[in-house]
Amino acid sequence: MAQCLSPPYLDGVTKLILPPSPDTTLPARLPEPFLRWFGKKGWAPRPHQVDLLGRAQAGKSVLLIAPTGAGKTLAGFLPSLTDLAERPKKKPGEAHRGVHTLYISPLKALAVDIERNLTTPVNEIGLKVTLETRTGDTPASKRQRQKLSPPDILLTTPEQLALLIASNEPERFFADLRYVVLDELHALVTSKRGHLLALGLARLRSFCPDLQVIGLSATVAEPDELRRWLVSQAEPGAMSDLITVDGGAKPDISILKSEERVPWAGHTSRYAIPEIYQAVKDHKTTLLFVNTRFQAELLFSELWRVNEDTLPIALHHGSLDVGQRRRVEKAMEANALRAIVATSTLDLGIDWGDVDLVVHVGAPKGASRLAQRIGRSNHRMDEPSKAILIPANRFEVLECEAALEANYLGAQDTPPLLSGAIDVLAQHVLGTACGSPFHPDALYAEVRTAAPYADLDRTTFDRIIDFVATGGYALRAYERYAKIRKTKEGLWRISHPRYAQQYRLNVGTIVEAPSLNIRYVGKGRGTASRGGMTLGKIEESFLEQLEYHDTFMFAGKILRFEGIRDNECFVSNAPDSEPKVPYWGGSKFPLTTYLAEVVRGMLADPERWKALPSQVADWLRMQADRSVLPNPHDLLVETFPRGNRFYMVAYPFEGRLAHQTLGMLLTKRLERARLHPLGFVATDYSLAVWGMEDMGHAFKTGKHRLSDLFDEDMLGDDLEEWLNSSYLLKRTFRNCSVIAGLIEKRFPGQEKTGKQVTVSADLIYDVLRSHEPDHILLQATRQDAAAGLLDIRRLSEMLGRIRGRIMHKDLQRISPLAVPIMMEIGKERVHGDVHDALLAEAEDSLMVEEAMGPNWTQTHET
Amino acid sequence: MPLGINGRIRIAGREALCDRSGALWFADHSLLVVSDLHLEKGSAFARRGSFLPPYDTATTLLRLAVAIEQYQPKVVVSLGDSFHDGWGSERMPDPFRAQLADLQKGRDWYWITGNHDPDAPKGVCGESVTEIALAGLIFRHEPTLVSIAGEIAGHLHPGARIVQRGRSVRRRCFAGDGRRLVMPAFGAFTGTLNVLDRAYRNLFDWSSFRAHMMGDARIYTIAPTNLHPG
Repeated sequence: MAQCLSPPYLDGVTKLILPPSPDTTLPARLPEPFLRWFGKKGWAPRPHQVDLLGRAQAGKSVLLIAPTGAGKTLAGFLPSLTDLAERPKKKPGEAHRGVHTLYISPLKALAVDIERNLTTPVNEIGLKVTLETRTGDTPASKRQRQKLSPPDILLTTPEQLALLIASNEPERFFADLRYVVLDELHALVTSKRGHLLALGLARLRSFCPDLQVIGLSATVAEPDELRRWLVSQAEPGAMSDLITVDGGAKPDISILKSEERVPWAGHTSRYAIPEIYQAVKDHKTTLLFVNTRFQAELLFSELWRVNEDTLPIALHHGSLDVGQRRRVEKAMEANALRAIVATSTLDLGIDWGDVDLVVHVGAPKGASRLAQRIGRSNHRMDEPSKAILIPANRFEVLECEAALEANYLGAQDTPPLLSGAIDVLAQHVLGTACGSPFHPDALYAEVRTAAPYADLDRTTFDRIIDFVATGGYALRAYERYAKIRKTKEGLWRISHPRYAQQYRLNVGTIVEAPSLNIRYVGKGRGTASRGGMTLGKIEESFLEQLEYHDTFMFAGKILRFEGIRDNECFVSNAPDSEPKVPYWGGSKFPLTTYLAEVVRGMLADPERWKALPSQVADWLRMQADRSVLPNPHDLLVETFPRGNRFYMVAYPFEGRLAHQTLGMLLTKRLERARLHPLGFVATDYSLAVWGMEDMGHAFKTGKHRLSDLFDEDMLGDDLEEWLNSSYLLKRTFRNCSVIAGLIEKRFPGQEKTGKQVTVSADLIYDVLRSHEPDHILLQATRQDAAAGLLDIRRLSEMLGRIRGRIMHKDLQRISPLAVPIMMEIGKERVHGDVHDALLAEAEDSLMVEEAMGPNWTQTHET
Repeated sequence: MPLGINGRIRIAGREALCDRSGALWFADHSLLVVSDLHLEKGSAFARRGSFLPPYDTATTLLRLAVAIEQYQPKVVVSLGDSFHDGWGSERMPDPFRAQLADLQKGRDWYWITGNHDPDAPKGVCGESVTEIALAGLIFRHEPTLVSIAGEIAGHLHPGARIVQRGRSVRRRCFAGDGRRLVMPAFGAFTGTLNVLDRAYRNLFDWSSFRAHMMGDARIYTIAPTNLHPG
């Protein structure tokens, strides 16, 4: 496409008017310098670029859905660049012009990347256009200067937009704004950052009613959701224009047909290492994607173990020290690496190096996610990308097969968008007041123009204002300390400038999990020494399970845990070749509904087993023989004894989160039925509950009914009761509190450590829940937890689907299909609130020590 | 019940009971001790624009009322930082003031001054002292660095953490070695400082140190080998 030098619609270059592209009636105006530039390059603007330009010049907002390599960035900026090129010159003495175009991306790195990539054409075309980035890394002096004399194009992030809106007289700063370009929109809209951005956009539209928004996105399941997102919802359901560019060449994806035995369970893919290494050797640059940091660490060290040719293989994940990450990125840009092991930090559209193979280790969990990751390889859209999937266990073989099929069909399973979060709106309300006083009616109307908040009711909105003003408590104790106050004119105004300062320090929706720096010390020197080099950051929740001198893997090294001091975790190099604490957690993404459905269909249809490796097909045949394979719409529940316990295994295929929630609720019900459950474990595919009583017998004799056990009413009182007592909710509450501004992220000059926040948030949660269970922030917490952490919607859909369709098999022994989950038992962490039991165990060991003599004092040298 | 079970301890020869609420009970002297109530912490934060739920004083007073109801003490000692700041006692809403007065009725009540509340609380009953000797023990807010047998102090908000089966449990605790005891903070919004922190290092004889951790059901006595920092 790029080679075609002079397409018919570029005849008559001097006319400056391009005829309409095939599927639009809007002619595009491309000024002469642009045409000259395209000509000099031997390029022609692509049809979708012309199409988008025409629509934008006709005043429309447009969503462009295109695969990587389709010239999306240039398409997004052409309307701004042509508009700027035609803008009359500034007269001497005329005041500074305001910012003309805002470009917003989810990643700082992406903004920097775009600045680099856009500067070249701007200079070559000879445009007098200034462009600058503004991110958290931009020095304060430069940010100050940008406020006084803004560039024409400002490349920034959602948080910076929120800050600009909250600064003095934002309407003046944005007075000349014409365009907003949103990059990687599919990634932005699924999170609370997206909600913050949507509210920011609504604000900008109030300042500049003619504002046009260009959204750039990868393929998504529901483009209309994104189209609504781009325009004001004052007219309900209004949508932007849509331009879709087809996916270019189909990627060449295969599943590794290993010579080795595919394991029953686990996520390590260790069995396939020699074959992965061979693939790396056979290609120029390989990008190896995994789902979690722990898988990345493991894969990296296993590859180096067999790396006889000492190929340059690097590791990249979000917890590594920034300096180290930048070095890897630089090396990648320079094509100095043969392979990079990476997590989702590299997911988004940054172009680095000549990747000619993507290896996905472990199942991709979603068809769209797979497509986006494969898009990393081979950034030339008309050549097929090449990818290999490595299933880590037998169920993942089925899942990879399903993902392959979906990719072939072009099926998309991006998650549906959530309605706007309450805590984010609270933050935005304060930010708005920091910028300029607002009238509640006007702000309510404005907020509802943002698609995520289109259905917001006035009561909730008023409660949020009340929360921002004085905490929103039924006990009106804090009126005299109000942060925002209503003036005589009915405007809400910030009561003291220090609250604006406080807001600026706490802006944003990313609440990082409490984490500690990892720092080297000499072996055995513990926390007394000052420590050496920093390796990166590690979650506190991981460190909490370690004992002194346990070993674990980080930054490709095996480290010995020496202790914690302040906000740092001290480690030394361990001589061990295997870490003692080997692995933590499975995938953080649950299997999508779409893939789950395909997998269920595949299980039920022996015809489709032909595509599977023979060891997997044999496994399914054995299952059909010894138990049964369920129909796609049925739920199979197996019960069997093993050792001195009784097991119940169910196969809903609804993802780990929904299964964990189901496991919690089932255990509660089994307890009530006096079937004495002892524990449960959940994977993406199934869940197992075990106990002391013969559950199978109880179901078969009709003493208890499975249909009662799996009745949808468990989502009522049982859920409520469990939710309220669950530690899961405390974690969610903490995040909501920080985002809503109840708890400060940090004070000026002093970063609060994660733990201090955790402690106080837990205490606040307990007090608030017992005194005001309907408080707006608890409402926000429950809404969040139901959507994210617990996957209630999916569980509820499943319970509805299987009503009257439960297939019970009471077996004498474990079935083939149950083997994978049975192997997880003991490896997974126990769930539930069992704190007192653990304390009692720790107390018991005191008795042993007292009986054995007090030699423990020597070991307590910290 | 024998010593060492369910929070039964001995300090410098005196028997005491660590109550699950965080209060300390000397049955022989009808003496109940609480520490670091931090009353009106919520409103102290609200003055700076952090609107914590205004129910902390109510929660703390309720806990205190339950303990007083259970033990019916003749003497109550509050070991300092009873109010979160110097204005806390004045800020306290009247219903709470009345509730507190009710609890104080018919008992000797000592407010020990702390670093948060260096002056006597205003508008409430009870005697304000910097430290007090009772039952052969010495009660003060901050533990002293010299080793004193029979010192009961607060201030540090001791907490402890165990790791068992890959799970971590963190709780407030009574920290003691049989000679000295540092009491947990009683207030609803009070955080903790791990007993393995440097601040405790020179306070105890670590060979006989125990953390009496406040579980949901009862007190659990844990030896230093089972404790973890952080």
